[in-house]
Amino acid sequence: MTSGLLILAQESTVVPSEFGRMVVNGISLGAIYAILALGFVIIFKATQVLNFAHGALSAMGAFLIASFATIINVPGRWMEGSPVWLQWVLSVVFALVLAALIGMALERMFLRPMIGEALFAVAIVTLGIDIIVRTITNDFIGQTSRPMGDPFGLKTVGLGCANGGFIGEADLVELCTVRIPWTTVFQMILTIALVAGVAMFFRSRTGIAMRATAWDQEVARAQGISVGRIFATAWAIGAVMAAIGGLFISMFPRRPGGVDTFTAFFAFRAFPAIILGGLDSILGAIVGGFAIGFAESAASTYLTFGFLGTGFGGVVPYIVMLLVLLIRPYGLFGTEEIRRV
Amino acid sequence: MRGRPLLYTRYEADQAILNTVTKKVMVLIFLSALLLIPFQVLPGLDFLGENDWLRLLSTVAIFIIGALGLNILLGLAGQVSLGHAFFMGVGAYVAAVLGSDPEGLRLGFGLPMWIWLPAAGVVAAGIGVAFGPAAVRVRGLYLAFVTLGLVFVGDYVFRNLISVTGGAEVGRTFPPLEFRLWKEDTPLIDFASDGAWFGIELTSEAKTFYFVLAVAILFMLLAKNLQRTRVGRAFQAIRDRDIAAEIMGVDEVSFKLRAFGISSFYAGVSGALLASFVGTVIPARWDLFLSIQFIAIVLIGGAGTVAGVVLGTAFVTLLPRLVQDATLWMEDVVETGDNLLATLLDLVVATESTDFGLINTLPGVGPGLSVFQLNQVIYGLLIILFLIFEPLGLFGIWIRIRNYWKGWPFTY
Repeated sequence: MTSGLLILAQESTVVPSEFGRMVVNGISLGAIYAILALGFVIIFKATQVLNFAHGALSAMGAFLIASFATIINVPGRWMEGSPVWLQWVLSVVFALVLAALIGMALERMFLRPMIGEALFAVAIVTLGIDIIVRTITNDFIGQTSRPMGDPFGLKTVGLGCANGGFIGEADLVELCTVRIPWTTVFQMILTIALVAGVAMFFRSRTGIAMRATAWDQEVARAQGISVGRIFATAWAIGAVMAAIGGLFISMFPRRPGGVDTFTAFFAFRAFPAIILGGLDSILGAIVGGFAIGFAESAASTYLTFGFLGTGFGGVVPYIVMLLVLLIRPYGLFGTEEIRRV
Repeated sequence: MRGRPLLYTRYEADQAILNTVTKKVMVLIFLSALLLIPFQVLPGLDFLGENDWLRLLSTVAIFIIGALGLNILLGLAGQVSLGHAFFMGVGAYVAAVLGSDPEGLRLGFGLPMWIWLPAAGVVAAGIGVAFGPAAVRVRGLYLAFVTLGLVFVGDYVFRNLISVTGGAEVGRTFPPLEFRLWKEDTPLIDFASDGAWFGIELTSEAKTFYFVLAVAILFMLLAKNLQRTRVGRAFQAIRDRDIAAEIMGVDEVSFKLRAFGISSFYAGVSGALLASFVGTVIPARWDLFLSIQFIAIVLIGGAGTVAGVVLGTAFVTLLPRLVQDATLWMEDVVETGDNLLATLLDLVVATESTDFGLINTLPGVGPGLSVFQLNQVIYGLLIILFLIFEPLGLFGIWIRIRNYWKGWPFTY
């Protein structure tokens, strides 16, 4: 009797923290936006293409991952007995390779002929690519959600739980101050790794060639750099980043069911993050991604007044973008265009 | 003079809206053909007079108005806008609020069309100009994203202003197309019922078609005229090089605001007519895809030309119907015929749930694109192919045909 009362008393001291949930959600959203923005900015910097098809590519990548991991189960079907996480990682790698190949093919078919055209015309071409890739992907996805098959599932790490500040896999009934989904931990680690990878890539031989191409395509050619190969590399990296973004969208905190026909539209919300940081800034993509992620998370947590209606969190990124652009027309870190006569 | 049709001795003749004999003759033929369509007397084209085709052609006329607006902004002034659908939505809801029945489910004041149709344009233009300063400060590609934001913010507003828009799922009804002097009971002219105009019996579809056609021609003339005024030339100067335009005395801010205002006016009128024509519309109608559709129209038709916009609108708006008809024809061939053609087409269309086919008209069964999805893929492909191979659009193709015959037989 007394012990039961004691537990009740302990439980009442643990109050789920709204602020903590907001921060965790912001990190998760920020990771999605930052990864999507990163891929977009790499394509834009290296090839001067404003890629409106990024959302469609992310949905396509997520669907490829879902296909390899759950629908056709490759290579899992040939390696029974091996750990689940290994099967899943291999599936993801296969899907990412395929996504990279598709990205390179799209570039070769539709964007290579447009080299030298006005930036706007090229951007509209990617709008056409977006329609095609999105429609075909959505047709494959169908009316259902396709689960990602990731080993994290709905597991969370609890902080400040009822049974003493235990850090571990808290199950869903237990009361905790903050819960961090495993998927968010995974997203955070992968984002840091990818950002570090990109930073290292730009110091490699190919990366330096890409920077030279971004600076001036003709001079880069004169130095013996194959600009075509650089473009292909940039699109491969961009498609992989988009696919990872799509994977992040289709996981537990956002869409536990997996990739569906909404995924491509979700990625449209990453555009404010890109603009906020500046179209051509890698640092801006990451800062912008997390800033927009936190802004959206904070708005959905705290701005819940009745007169705002439903879905206000979803437009906060655009409102932030409009305000920032009014003050800084080239984003926070974007290169100011020098207009010459 | 007769042998040299391009010799102008007066400036006005050179600047005339129809400045060559060929143009005058062609416009005359085209107009009389359009006027005769509802009577089903044109040989080979009599099917256009059927009611469903007349409705489709009315949609084309309404879309032409919106596309002309985007053409002024994109083709003349060179400003990228993905927000055209938002301004159409604004126009539609202004029309709905002003024109709807006051006793209806949603907000309405029951005013006649001669008030709500211009008001739809004016309010949209006002919002366009109010949005202008943001658009002027941000240039080029950043502008595309700002206007993209406009579509999404607009979508949120439309979904939540339930007293005006009816909410995301339900939508609302719009005032019908009919002329009243004020709030009298029987309209002066209505388009909803069959009846006689000047002694000629017309169906309601034919009446509607004539009305929207007249509005579209009016807006075409205005757009064509704009190109040869000081304002139109200032737009083109800004498009070609904004700094050079400023040096020549063109006030960049003022003219960009005007471009946004005029373009939004066209969009507002087009949106009001479209919603009124369709009857019931949900807020999701004014989404990004509608904007992209208009960009596709302007680019496929040929940016910066009125004739190109007309060609592009007809092409893009009639395409879904053509694809649908082609699919039905292919299904018919596969099911009835047993020849080589049927075998080949069997690979293209799926007739049963187990059958493989690129096109699958059975919803939600098996792989294969539905007719709607196929249309979208074709839109995308057309945008890409036109930009790669024919950046001047259908109008550019026409120019090349024209130049071929101009120099015939010495064309090389």
